[in-house]
Amino acid sequence: MLRDAALVAGKDLRIEARSRVASNQVAPFAVLVLLLFAFALDPDRGVLARTAPGLFWVAVLFSGLLAVQRSFSLESADNARDGLRLSGLDPAGIFLGKAGAIVVQMLALEVILAGFVTLMYGRHLHGPAILIITCVAATAGMAASGTLYGVLAAGLRVRETLLPLLLLPVVAPVLLAATRASESALDGAGSEAWPWVRLLGVFAVIYVTFGILAFGPLLEEA
Amino acid sequence: MNATSRLLGGAALISLVTTVVLGLGLPPTVEQGQYVKFIAIHPPLAWAAYLSFGVTAVASILYLVPRTRHRRWDHIAGASAEVGVVFTALTLVTGSIWGRPTWGVWWVWDARLTLTALMLFLFLGYLALRRVAGDPDTRARRSAVAAILAVLVVPIDHFAVQWWRTLHQGQSLTMTPQKNLDGNYIAVMLLGFLAMTLVYAWLTLQRYWVEELEDEVGDQGLQNALAERRAEAGAGAGVR
Repeated sequence: MLRDAALVAGKDLRIEARSRVASNQVAPFAVLVLLLFAFALDPDRGVLARTAPGLFWVAVLFSGLLAVQRSFSLESADNARDGLRLSGLDPAGIFLGKAGAIVVQMLALEVILAGFVTLMYGRHLHGPAILIITCVAATAGMAASGTLYGVLAAGLRVRETLLPLLLLPVVAPVLLAATRASESALDGAGSEAWPWVRLLGVFAVIYVTFGILAFGPLLEEA
Repeated sequence: MNATSRLLGGAALISLVTTVVLGLGLPPTVEQGQYVKFIAIHPPLAWAAYLSFGVTAVASILYLVPRTRHRRWDHIAGASAEVGVVFTALTLVTGSIWGRPTWGVWWVWDARLTLTALMLFLFLGYLALRRVAGDPDTRARRSAVAAILAVLVVPIDHFAVQWWRTLHQGQSLTMTPQKNLDGNYIAVMLLGFLAMTLVYAWLTLQRYWVEELEDEVGDQGLQNALAERRAEAGAGAGVR
């Protein structure tokens, strides 16, 4: 299963490295969202610095949506999905591989966005350990649920409009928990962050487990 | 079937009318004035909303388990979710109408309100997925998985919003004023629970039948089209 996962993740990441869609489109989009927040919220009154964790995670969420859509539009070209089904790879491995590739891309994106927030919003980074754990747990949860809904909506004619409606309410607790955890970490109140980190962990475990179990049947139907 | 519907509908109507009459007749209280009368409908609406999503979840699981798989469960899940969305929306609307004079605002970011709003969107997404056309069996399986995924997130949402509102500013509002209410209010509220449960059951039954009929029409349409093509082919062969 893990070997299959590594194969699928490697394939997706190679495609991204060669097509440069993630680096040339998704990443600039995420930075642009952070830039637009500055226009929407007055940057002079410290609003941006105060709300930086929330704005950061909203930007991550929206770009995550794009990453999920991209991950499944890759499979729709040239009937690649049929190839994947016929490849004999373990469906659980395919799920872990696709989610893993999304995790890698989003973690890279989060590093860029964190740099942007530090530089342009004037929010200094504290508590790096908690921040890193929060990012990993939140991203794993988002990628797992995103991959599940991605395959659920793949092949539908209305997938572009349906996926956000399905996915965003589900990842709402991730946004909430990740924002609070990073806020506590940045405020130097690390102990307050742990309940949120645990919640992120529970979310990730539930959706990864469900994905391993349910991805096979869903892929068959997509 | 029609007798069940009539009986259920009649019971729902009678209990609902009784609830409204008794509810409007409740005496105003010192703290909440006339608005205490919302107790007759608001908590029962919320209960019916939770009940409907619970039914959707159970029916979806029954559909996915191979031994109990039957199109019927898919129809029940869909019918219940549709009625549930209406009840959730009504819960939010009646809560807002009550909140405006009582709290002074239409909406507060209280844990329970936030959870209810999230649930509304979860199931709006589910209904949108159900409306996507396609093979009925594929659609049913996809919808069942989506319903379970949506229900899985509800307890997580519950903890998240609970902590969100308690870690930072303490529980801002208690929405259960029953402590200092006498038995009359509780009795009318319980009657409301019964009435809303019956209304829910009746509405879901109607929607369920419509789903069954739609299914039948779909199958019949396919049969007719096949018969027509066969007739055409037969006629064509005769001419040649």
